[in-house]
This record gives sequence, structure tokens and C-alpha cells, in this order.
Amino acid sequence: MKAIEFDGVTVRFPATRIPFVKEWFVRKLRGTAAVDTFAALSDVSLDIEHGECLGLIGSNGAGKSTLLRVAAGVITPSAGRAVVRGAVAPLIELGTGFDAELDGRENIFFNGALLGRSQGTMRARMDEIVEFSGLGQFIDLPLRTYSTGMVARLAFSIATAVDAAVVLLDEILAVGDASFRERCEERIRSFHQSGCTILLVSHDLASIEKLCDRVVFLEEGRIVALGNPSEVIRAYGERSGSYELRHDRSVSLAAPGLT
Amino acid sequence: MSTIPEFCNAAGSGASLLDEARDLLAHEHLLRSLVMRDLTVRYKRSVLGVFWTMLNPLLMMLIFTLVFSAFFRFQIKHFEVYFLSEYLPWIFFSQTTVASMVSMAWNGPLMKRVRIPKSIFAVSTTLSGIANLAISCIPLAIIMLIKGAPLSSAVLFLPVSFVILGAFTLGVSLTLSSLSVYFADIKETYQAAVFGLMYLAPIVYPMSIVPEEYLRFVRLNPMVHLLQIVRDPIYYGRLPTLSDLMISSVWALAALISGWLVFRKLSAGFYAQL
Repeated sequence: MKAIEFDGVTVRFPATRIPFVKEWFVRKLRGTAAVDTFAALSDVSLDIEHGECLGLIGSNGAGKSTLLRVAAGVITPSAGRAVVRGAVAPLIELGTGFDAELDGRENIFFNGALLGRSQGTMRARMDEIVEFSGLGQFIDLPLRTYSTGMVARLAFSIATAVDAAVVLLDEILAVGDASFRERCEERIRSFHQSGCTILLVSHDLASIEKLCDRVVFLEEGRIVALGNPSEVIRAYGERSGSYELRHDRSVSLAAPGLT
Repeated sequence: MSTIPEFCNAAGSGASLLDEARDLLAHEHLLRSLVMRDLTVRYKRSVLGVFWTMLNPLLMMLIFTLVFSAFFRFQIKHFEVYFLSEYLPWIFFSQTTVASMVSMAWNGPLMKRVRIPKSIFAVSTTLSGIANLAISCIPLAIIMLIKGAPLSSAVLFLPVSFVILGAFTLGVSLTLSSLSVYFADIKETYQAAVFGLMYLAPIVYPMSIVPEEYLRFVRLNPMVHLLQIVRDPIYYGRLPTLSDLMISSVWALAALISGWLVFRKLSAGFYAQL
């Protein structure tokens, strides 16, 4: 049994929005209520083994985060299906379920509840979470007094303390200072050793290469390459290098005054 | 952990009612903390909190007592109690349905990152609304004592009335909050409408002033019956009539079913709209 199976997953989003009921009725009468869609993911099939650490790379808009969100169950596919076996800890955009007026500890309880954990469970892990976050006496202050990096540290500490079998990580290595990042990597590694299945989205190719068993390269919602980290990263580098060149040129032509 | 939870995220048919209910139960802790958050925000400074909740009904009570009891000279005994016994459940309904839309917009970011049953916000606003309604019965009882209005044991029936009213409110909330994710103008339009709708039910006036030929249409309004089953035990000190109970229950069931159908159809698209 695989930990995660993506089976022909396609995700389509509406390209435009009809923001008002009135407009929808007018369009309905004219027969133009149907909106165009674009595919964020096209027919992606992928199996992930138990205990595997899989990296997802690709340029912005390639569908990495969308795939992660399908695994998290937040996005329902337009076609195909995803099966996930084991409790999931989604770490998608840090600090999501935080309330600025509550203090650190109250936020730990609320986030635990979001992930389906009781107060008792969270109380038992409280010391560990506070310790790992390194927030010190800030833990008793309202969240609005925290810096972005501090919020990120708290979020990561909570999500990784809930005993999940499948951990979804989206760009968490991009926040926090160097020492926290190191501790993140360390923790990801210890997850890996303890048999967790990890899906990791990052633009930090060096970390991806260090941490992952396999890497998927996505482009325009399709899998371009899948396999050995260093090979896939090299393939990505070759492709994206030419992209950036083209992109830079178009920017400088459009706005010659900008550097 | 002995059994590995398996989660299938497949295209096509929306969640079944049973799945959603099971999912809500699994997120019991979240439901509880959402309700507690609603209530603590309101009652943080406890005495003042209850006062604030009652400020609007009490103010309205004074104005309506003056206008309808003194100016229009409705012959209603204990007008304050007559009015509050329907006005309190009415504001429960109107505030909860609006709050469900606000809650959906506020908590949209949560739904985009963590898988939670999407109906949890309509359910939690309804539950905290019921709690508020129950709390607001305390000042009402005090007013009844002051006014010397009789308090009958029929009030023990109120929980049943609240459940029926709550079910109706949840159904309407599901519909409205789902639609409001898609359309930005739903909330404003509804808020304006709900303000006027209050006068279509006999909250401030007696049913007897409604001309015979309009009575049929007035009775089509579900709120007429849903509010009556609350007023009967409080003001008249009697159990609601079987006919009012039946009509209320049918409306509640209809609202729940249609609310669920709208929610199921629209919830898969919430992500792209939020």
C-alpha cells in the first residue's frame, strides 16, 4: 500500500469570476454564465511510498502547491482522485489558523483543534512545542507582537508536534533565520528517519537535493521529470535557465527604465 | 494508532451527508473552540457582555413599547414581554444567518490550507447563536418578574422550540453562506431584506390587526410559526399548537435539505472563490 496515490488528478480553476448575483442572472439569461477554466494540474499520476521524502520543484504556477493541496484534501480534483493513508499534517502557508489577539499558548490549542487534536493532547506536547519554537517569554504575549519569523517558528513547531504519518511542507524553508532553517531541516530529517512520508515544495534546490529521496519536476501542471534528485534538479536548471533568459528580455523591453 | 485513516479526495459527487456529519464529529475540538471563541469575544467582560447583547433588544423594546403601546394603543397586556418573546428569537435568526456569511469570509483562509468540514462555520455560528438566545432569556425573565407577567412551566418546552428554530436557521445559513462565497452582494442584499422582513411577522403588532384577506399570505411566512412556538410558552404560558409545531418542523426540514443541497453543490468550488 502506497502512502499517497495521485491517480489522473486534474484540477481546473475558473479563469474569471462573476462577483455579483445580478450579473450572474444577466449572464444566465444571455446564456454566457459558463466561465472559462484553466488547468492548474493536468492528469497527474504519481505514487509515493510509505516513508519516502518527495520533493516538488518547478517555476511559479507549475502546480506544486496545488498538488500539495490536493493531498491535503483542501482542493477537490476536477477529475481523477488522490488517496492518502495516514494522518496528515499540512504545513501550507505558515500561521494560517492564528488569531492575532490570542497569545502563543491559546494559539497552540486552536491550531491543534484545527488539526483535529484535543486540548489534552496539545497540553501534553506544550512544553516541547514551546521549547522547539524558541519563543521564550513571547509565548505568553498576543500573537500580534510577534515578528513574521516568530510566527513561522511557532507554526512549524505545532504542526510537527502532532504525530502525523504524512507531512506536507510548502516553502517552509524560505522563512525564519539561518539557525531556525537548520533546525527545520534537522526535524525533517528526523521525521524521515522515523518513517514519516514527506512531501516538500521548495525553491531551495540545495535543501531539496539534501533531504529528498525522489524529486518531481512540474511544469504547467504536468510532470516533466521524476526520479533521482540531482538528475531532476539538473533537468530543471537547464529548462528554467532558458526561461529566465526569455523572461528577463521581455521585461527589459517592456519597461526599459526599470532595472 | 491501530487503524490507518484513509482519505480519498476524488472528483465528482460531493460529500455525503453521513461523511460530513462524521467529519464534523471528528472535528469536535475545533467546533468547540469556534463556539467558545464566539462566546468569549462577546462575554469577555462578563457583565458588560450580557449587557451589550441585551442592549439592542432592550432599546428596541423601549421604542416599540412607546410607539405601539402608547401611540397606536395596541391593547396588549405586558407589551414588553409580548414583544421580546418573538424579538429575541428573531434576532437570533437574523444575526446568526448574517454571522454565518461573515464567518465564511473570515475563515476562508483556513479552509484553503487545512482540510476541515466546510459546514463547520454554519454549524458553529448556529450553536453560539443558540447559546446567546438561551442567555438572553435571563434578562427576559427578570423583566417578566418586574412587570408581574406570569411565568408558566410551559417554558420547559422552550428547548424543543429552540432546536426547531435552530435547525431552520442552520439550513438558511448553509444556503446563504455558500452563496456568499461566490457572490459579494449577497450579504448586503440579505441584510437589507432581513431588516424589512421583521415586519411581516407579528413581532411588534398583534395578529388580530392583519386584515382577513392578507392572513393567508402572512401565514406563508415560516417565521410566523417558528416565532410563535417560542412566544406561546413564554407569553401565553401554554404549549405551542400542534399545527404550529408541524408547520415549523416541516419548514425546518425543508430549509435543512435545501441548505445541504446548495452547500454540497457549491462547496467543491469554494477554494477557487475564496
